[in-house]
Amino acid sequence: MSSVRVLVGTRKGAFILTSDGKREKWDVSGPHFGGWEVYHLQGSPADPNRIYASQSSGWFGQVVQRSDDGGQTWEAVGNKFEYEGDPGTHMWYDGTPHPWEFKRVWHLEPSLTDPDWVYAGVEDAGLFHSRDGGQTWQELPGLRQQGSGSNWMPGAGGMCLHTVLLDPTSPQRIYIAISAAGAFRTDDGGHTWKPINRGLFSKYIPDPTAEVGHCVHRIAMHPARPNTLFMQKHWDVMRSDDAGDSWHEVSGDLPTDFGFPIQVHAHEPETIYVVPIKSDSEHYPPEGKLRVYRSRTGGNQWEPLTDGLPQSNCFVNILRDSMAVDSLDSCGVYFGTTGGQVYVSPDGGDHWHTIVRDLPAVVSVEVQTLS
Amino acid sequence: MIRVELPYHLRVLGKITGDVELAIDAPVTLGKVVEALEQSYPPLRGTIGDLETGQRRPLIRFFACQEDWSFANFDAPLPAAVASGQEPLLIIGAIAGG
Repeated sequence: MSSVRVLVGTRKGAFILTSDGKREKWDVSGPHFGGWEVYHLQGSPADPNRIYASQSSGWFGQVVQRSDDGGQTWEAVGNKFEYEGDPGTHMWYDGTPHPWEFKRVWHLEPSLTDPDWVYAGVEDAGLFHSRDGGQTWQELPGLRQQGSGSNWMPGAGGMCLHTVLLDPTSPQRIYIAISAAGAFRTDDGGHTWKPINRGLFSKYIPDPTAEVGHCVHRIAMHPARPNTLFMQKHWDVMRSDDAGDSWHEVSGDLPTDFGFPIQVHAHEPETIYVVPIKSDSEHYPPEGKLRVYRSRTGGNQWEPLTDGLPQSNCFVNILRDSMAVDSLDSCGVYFGTTGGQVYVSPDGGDHWHTIVRDLPAVVSVEVQTLS
Repeated sequence: MIRVELPYHLRVLGKITGDVELAIDAPVTLGKVVEALEQSYPPLRGTIGDLETGQRRPLIRFFACQEDWSFANFDAPLPAAVASGQEPLLIIGAIAGG
């Protein structure tokens, strides 16, 4: 019997939600690491019992936790993230040089094949990896030293590396995204990187078509079609069919193309999901109606999904790592809100149910499909 | 034995259930206490002193014998009453935020 395990990071701890394949009745475990910010939890595709969690606090700094039993018990592992060499400076909000300083881990991405190998996207933007189950961390400095790093500037949430996508067909290829530098790709396992932002247009930067400086909020990829990428930018939903070498806009008939998360259906590479947010000034759904939008055409034509979602007086946000899909036959779609709700649609978005409704603000949602 | 009182979150992180007592050779300093804590309770590495700079994390405070030692040098000897175990060293999470 298949089952799912949903890993939820919040401002005040982590929660683990489990259900059988029907996804109707849920067990809720948590809070784990209560009182700490948990930016992200992610399970290993190679060993679902191996889960990594980023636990942080303004008082006590960064901790990385590891579970080897599916989240029942946890062990603190290594938390030393040291940039390689002299990290130099990036640009501060006021345009002055600012020293590169490690602040927290935003995103953990375990290897597709090795449970002990995991990548960490951090603030200030950098990509680290561990080959020993999180005990020690080494930077992949080629990204930061790619040439434009001194011009990177933080977004409102900090200069975070928030997206790490591993290409299942090309182990040396990794995509990452940074707010507010843009998207980058390596084809040699992280030694060298190139910006992949051609086609992006951001009118809030001096050169709207600059090679770097775009506020990319999230990128998504279907594993069966890794050269096709979908991006939710600060404004604009974008698509690339050449591994990020060029992008074109697919916002189409969305009511607003501002938002944070974007996801791809597990079995339909042209079916994608976004949650439009009113604007960068007002981080809540338009008209107080919480609507997921689905495109079955890879963008441009979108339909609102509302059944089971609040359609009045809803003013929550859905953050960039807060949407996920499972891979059961009927693809489940999940998202969490800053109001503490976690929603599931067991039928690809047609109908939605609330799993929990009063958690702390949700920062991230991931799901493991277990057999 | 040096007695140390830790904030709730660090006791949970370190899976500490009883008193925290550390054997430290004289002279007893803040730096030695932090080092001994991290050796005895490895999950606490980097939560009191910054791993990169070795300095006190900004929202950590040290109190001893009703005095604020937060801005003392890590090499400065702590009061005799702390070194003897008569008084605890208090490691506090600063009152800030929600």
